[in-house]
Amino acid sequence: MALEKVTLGKSLTNGMRKAMDRDPKVVLIGEDIGKLGGVFRITEGLQKDFGEERVIDSPLAESGIVGTAVGMALRGYRPVCEIQFDGFVYPAFDQIVCQVAKLHARALGAVKIPMVIRIPFGGGIGSPEHHSESPEAYFAHTAGLRVVACSNPEDAHWMIQQAIECDDPVIFFEPKRRYHDRAEYDTDATSAPRGLFEANIVRPGTDVTLLGYGPVVKTMVEAAAAAEAEGTSIEVIDLRSLSPLPIDTIVESVRRTGRLVVVHEASSFLGMASEISAQVTERCFYELEAPVIRVAGANIPYPPSRMEEDFLPDLDRILDGVDRALAY
Amino acid sequence: MSARDREVEHDTHLDLLSWLLRQMIRIRRFEEKCAELYSATKIRGFLHLCIGEEAVAVGVVGALDAHDAIVSTYREHGHALARGVPMESIMAEMFGRATGCSGGRGGSMHLFDASRRFYGGNAIVAGGLPVAVGLALADHLTGDKAVTACLFGDGAFAEGEFHESANLAALWHLPVLFCCENNRYAMGTALAREHAETDLTARAAAYGMVAWSVDGMDVLAVREATDRALAYVRSSGQPCFLELRTYRFRSHSMYDPDRYRDKAEIEHWKQSDPIPALASRLVSEGLMTAAEVEEWLAEIESEVATEIDEAVAVAEAAPLEPVEDLTRFVTTAAGDPVRRTS
Ligand SMILES: Cc1ncc(C[n+]2csc(CCOP(=O)(O)OP(=O)(O)O)c2C)c(N)n1
Ligand SMILES: [Mg+2]
Repeated sequence: MALEKVTLGKSLTNGMRKAMDRDPKVVLIGEDIGKLGGVFRITEGLQKDFGEERVIDSPLAESGIVGTAVGMALRGYRPVCEIQFDGFVYPAFDQIVCQVAKLHARALGAVKIPMVIRIPFGGGIGSPEHHSESPEAYFAHTAGLRVVACSNPEDAHWMIQQAIECDDPVIFFEPKRRYHDRAEYDTDATSAPRGLFEANIVRPGTDVTLLGYGPVVKTMVEAAAAAEAEGTSIEVIDLRSLSPLPIDTIVESVRRTGRLVVVHEASSFLGMASEISAQVTERCFYELEAPVIRVAGANIPYPPSRMEEDFLPDLDRILDGVDRALAY
Repeated sequence: MSARDREVEHDTHLDLLSWLLRQMIRIRRFEEKCAELYSATKIRGFLHLCIGEEAVAVGVVGALDAHDAIVSTYREHGHALARGVPMESIMAEMFGRATGCSGGRGGSMHLFDASRRFYGGNAIVAGGLPVAVGLALADHLTGDKAVTACLFGDGAFAEGEFHESANLAALWHLPVLFCCENNRYAMGTALAREHAETDLTARAAAYGMVAWSVDGMDVLAVREATDRALAYVRSSGQPCFLELRTYRFRSHSMYDPDRYRDKAEIEHWKQSDPIPALASRLVSEGLMTAAEVEEWLAEIESEVATEIDEAVAVAEAAPLEPVEDLTRFVTTAAGDPVRRTS
């Protein structure tokens, strides 16, 4: 038992370190991830300890990075690619959609693609377009990919290890504005609190289910605390897995509360909330007391940083969503 | 050559040098002011300065005709200033004001001025390269004589988009001037760690283009090479590649701790600072006495300082775009096109 207070960023570093210690086939590849430790310093110290062959600095070549990882995965390696910012993944989009996601199916299961693509995502750090986006729906839309997002240090620590151990390709979203958030947990624990593709009921409640993932989870918990003071009991669920969708946990909760508010930073138009809303409506039609409410980004390019607060779902907008759900 | 001709030539030369010097100083001081404003959190987002690389901006951009197009990168303040995008509108953009050249939405990395054929800074490394090829193809098809100058870094040279674009431009005989600002680093990655063959000029030539490498710290060398390259592109209709060997004196961005470069290396490059180099050339070429240069520099500095102060004051006073307006221009106002019946 080693209770430690660790940041989300360091939890990812430590998780990768554990995975690398356990399995020599785990290699990291990305731009400036070696000596520099990546722009967010998530791989800091790993090249020093594991060498340049396991922590590979790549030139600017996102398509090359991801495609190379596919080839290595075919030969039994477990590559972990770092994409520097959400907006820089698109040169690799072709490789992700047409190779990463497809080869297992093409070979009828004869090959596996056990690779991870880490993407810092979301806004809130005062950075502009291409550096603040939430592109998760593009990937969740693609069959053959697993898509997860961590929201807190302990999950970051475990989920990155589980993603590396997963035999399928995992798109791993990291909430960049939460990299410096700290939490205390047992860093020596030998088993994960839950599976990679399971949702987590962060805070039980009875009146409304509030669902989200990544950076907004913390805001949702704050909203629930604020609502409690006003007499509303909110159940907060951290989705964690965007694909596969842990729909049973959501349905079970909505059957109890009768109301669902889904929160994300990505545009509401065809965002994760849209799919969740459709599935919940199909399964909980008679239990729903209100339509599923979406609290999400506007359907516009990411705004300049001084307008971020108006774009991102904050406490007020989440509580407003809850009120709208309760108004029915 | 008659005495009169020689006099005209002398004056033209002096005019050119004076323009080059003034523009480099404008850019240098503008960038320094931006660094200061960024530290004071008046400028937000990211900030990539071109201090040390002014000779490239001024030498290349100054050689273009107003009708030629420019496609740039996130390190583009100097390119925009040299292009003649008013400092006021650039500074307003830095401040995120509605009067900025991108309406305050773009910020430091996304200066855009279509009226001056400045097709933008670009936060995506190499993202502008294929766009430049398309601009040139359009000019080619419409019989327009314009050249498209595309500026990008040595890091961008490693992206697939560079290689696709170089091939397309050469294959289709398009008037693109590829200007690679080789400052030896892509963020923290040194040239030899990003390229198997570091002779970028030779690699560009392999695409079937004329390619030259130029001392990017010598503004006259840059200007002359660009003049020559433009003449070649205009007369042949073929692309051309310039490798401009330069160096950034500051870190990659204001965020970057610059742990990967040797202090001695930085100091070494600072010895070839293009601004004092040009000033001393005025003396060594016998165009001015040292005292005259000194006096003249002081004059330029004071004019530039005034221009910058005014730009800052105007920017600070300018309005922000209302949040509700952010839905404007996402798509055209016209939207649904009228169905053709004939
Ligand atoms: C597609 C893409 N990948 C990664 C980045 C992150 N990034 C921004 S600038 C940069 C270095 C680019 O170096 P270079 O092209 O040499 O230009 P310089 O900064 O030296 O002017 C990197 C890696 C990006 N903006 N876009
Ligand atoms: Mg460079």
